Amino acid sequence: MRFETYDPGDFYDELFIAKGKPRPEILPLIERINSLPEGELKRRQQAAQIALFKLGVTFNVYGDSEGTERIFPFDIIPRIVSAQEWAKLERGLKQRIFTLNAFIADIYGDQKIIKDGIIPAEIINSAKGFLKPCIGLKPPAGIWCHITGTDLVRDKDGTWYVLEDNLRVPSGVSYVLENRRVMKSTFPQVFRTMNVQPVDDYPSHLLETLLNLVPSNLPDPVVVVLSPGIYNSAYFEHSFLAQQMGVQLVEGRDLVISDGYVQMRTTKGLQRVDVIYRRIDDDFIDPKAFRPDSLLGVPGLVEVYQAGRVGIANAMGTGIADDKVIYAYVPEMIRYYLSEEPIIANVPTYMCWEEKHRQHVLKNLDKMVLKAANEAGGYGMLVGTHATPEQRQEFAEKIKANPRNYIGQPTLCLSRVPTLIDNEFAGCHVDLRPYILYGKEIYVNPGGLTRVALKKGSLVVNSSQGGGSKDTWVLTP
Amino acid sequence: MLSRVANSIYWLNRYVERAENIARFIDVNLNLLLDSPPGSRTQWEPLVITAGDMPAFKERYGEATAENVIQFLTFDRNYSNSILSCLQIARENARSIREIISSEMWEQLNSFYMMVKEAAPKQSVLDLHDFYSEVKMASHLFAGVMDGTMTHNEGWNFGHMGRLLERADKTARILDVKYFILLPSVQYVGTTFDEIQWIALLRSASAYEMYRKCQHRITPSGVANFLILDRDFPRAIRFCITRAESALHKITGTQPGTWRDPVERSLGRLRSELDYLTIEDIMDKGLHEFLTDFQIHLNGTGNKIFQTFFALEPVV
Repeated sequence: MRFETYDPGDFYDELFIAKGKPRPEILPLIERINSLPEGELKRRQQAAQIALFKLGVTFNVYGDSEGTERIFPFDIIPRIVSAQEWAKLERGLKQRIFTLNAFIADIYGDQKIIKDGIIPAEIINSAKGFLKPCIGLKPPAGIWCHITGTDLVRDKDGTWYVLEDNLRVPSGVSYVLENRRVMKSTFPQVFRTMNVQPVDDYPSHLLETLLNLVPSNLPDPVVVVLSPGIYNSAYFEHSFLAQQMGVQLVEGRDLVISDGYVQMRTTKGLQRVDVIYRRIDDDFIDPKAFRPDSLLGVPGLVEVYQAGRVGIANAMGTGIADDKVIYAYVPEMIRYYLSEEPIIANVPTYMCWEEKHRQHVLKNLDKMVLKAANEAGGYGMLVGTHATPEQRQEFAEKIKANPRNYIGQPTLCLSRVPTLIDNEFAGCHVDLRPYILYGKEIYVNPGGLTRVALKKGSLVVNSSQGGGSKDTWVLTP
Repeated sequence: MLSRVANSIYWLNRYVERAENIARFIDVNLNLLLDSPPGSRTQWEPLVITAGDMPAFKERYGEATAENVIQFLTFDRNYSNSILSCLQIARENARSIREIISSEMWEQLNSFYMMVKEAAPKQSVLDLHDFYSEVKMASHLFAGVMDGTMTHNEGWNFGHMGRLLERADKTARILDVKYFILLPSVQYVGTTFDEIQWIALLRSASAYEMYRKCQHRITPSGVANFLILDRDFPRAIRFCITRAESALHKITGTQPGTWRDPVERSLGRLRSELDYLTIEDIMDKGLHEFLTDFQIHLNGTGNKIFQTFFALEPVV
């Protein structure tokens, strides 16, 4: 199988400038693949899949009683990002995370941004992720969003945009690390020649970020990863990260509040917990403060947190910046808090709660992507270009009934990467989720999760919607 | 370590050992099937009786034919002690503590489960012999991988204790199978067929060669003596209890021969009783009666383990 016949067509292709014309920096990869004997690439692809399955790199599918785990489909052709391009993205992401943190701190503090008229108060007050119990909270070092996964996309002309920010419990970094492990054994020679930036130190950075939440005088702090348990779709990742950091993986039922501290139940009695990397949403984390029906969390946790006796990452309340309407204000925030211009732009966004925007959205449903403000994983959205008139009508009604809850964005023509489908290379749309850690300073893991739409022409890349992933290679300058 | 984690590693090992022992049970009978005198019928009912799940079986399957019993004990997803169910539970437990166990343990258990899941339930009874051998080997491999790749810390000791207690219980049950097979046919006692049954039984405990080395002649009390009281044979009840007790003391840090919690007391009593029993005492009491009492005591110990280490209520 060779790349000679691959045609990027009328799209921005991450690896090819035109048919038969690869981007110069990826030549070693193309040469390597072209030199493989017939069928070898397919064989390596299958070997990689089997390796991932054996390692148990899987995600769970809700509502499927047997074989609940599936491997996240993995494509063997990497996506490659040049050093210069990455440098700009990295700066842009740091700028964004710094701003978002300032925003969250402001919202639960003085609310200057509202008082100065940049964001209307009603947008904040009606946001599902705005948690009143967090008002006045002072998390250690003033950091709220310790771990962020920001979704980036690239349009037809090659421009990068931020699609959304995930500041609650972003998933997927385990695939980045495991995909890389598999790719290294699949293309060892290429790795040697191409100077790909390593990603393996992510767990060390994550651990440092978490330890940064501990009061400095504590001699032997206990860090845990809090998971909802083995039926959660991202369970593999929870267990993987705990293992890679060498810390305990706990569930809500392992924890109890005693003597004013969070403690875990061990075979030798209770033991104090100092930092929790929680992979449970705010709503479920403390049935006493939020949802009383939740069995996943720890009753009384919020009180201990407010008293400053346990560190939690991400801080409670960060979901406010996850709201897709508030996302629309991030460029304004950057100007407001930093007096800088955004380095990476937002996708143009229409907010349905504004009369003029709403009319525009309703008139152009067939050209837009519509999203609910608080959904994730590809749920609660409509790709207008691919929807039937009935589906569009149904969505229009939802928007009219609750305009605050919806945004519309023009359908971007996402960039593509050649992908092995049915024994040939097909151009498939991708996005990119880099992982950003905010500890003593802001660290951006070089690369991130490239998700790929494995159905021809599809723009939806979420794992729960049948997407797959690719390794992302950021080259060294 | 976390109570939940200790619980998981304990049960993970019990369930792998349980799956192995069910394979052993069935294998005895498959062997007997080949060696039975013409006209005699191999009995499958005792296997279900010793598993302790006769009512559930009767209700769903009716007659205890080879096919029914094999299906029930091996592949039935709705029966929680079938080999397939045991491995599924073991794997779920392993999945919940992957950051505690070695990745080699996980991989071995994962492929073990896949092997059983993909085995064809409808293969001919005689071909199943290979399948059960594979199950036994996969279980050994898991135990070996655990010994060789996991730090022998508290978690390992919980797992090890679980495996040994399960094994002691199942050796008792394997011995008991013979009692149930014998019941309807006392005229077999002392015949060639009787001897063949004892040999099959020893084989099912992987004990035949080891038995021959120390006892030579095959007699009922000799076999019982070996499988109950031998100090050094790893599937003998006494061996299992002695080693389980020492794993327990490694966990608690209490001196051997003393006790601080109900588990140590219960297991210690069982061990010291075995230390001073003779096979004559056992035969006088009745083998079946002895085995029944033993299993009751062992279950009691299991409950105390749960109360002492795993119960999730806070100790305050």
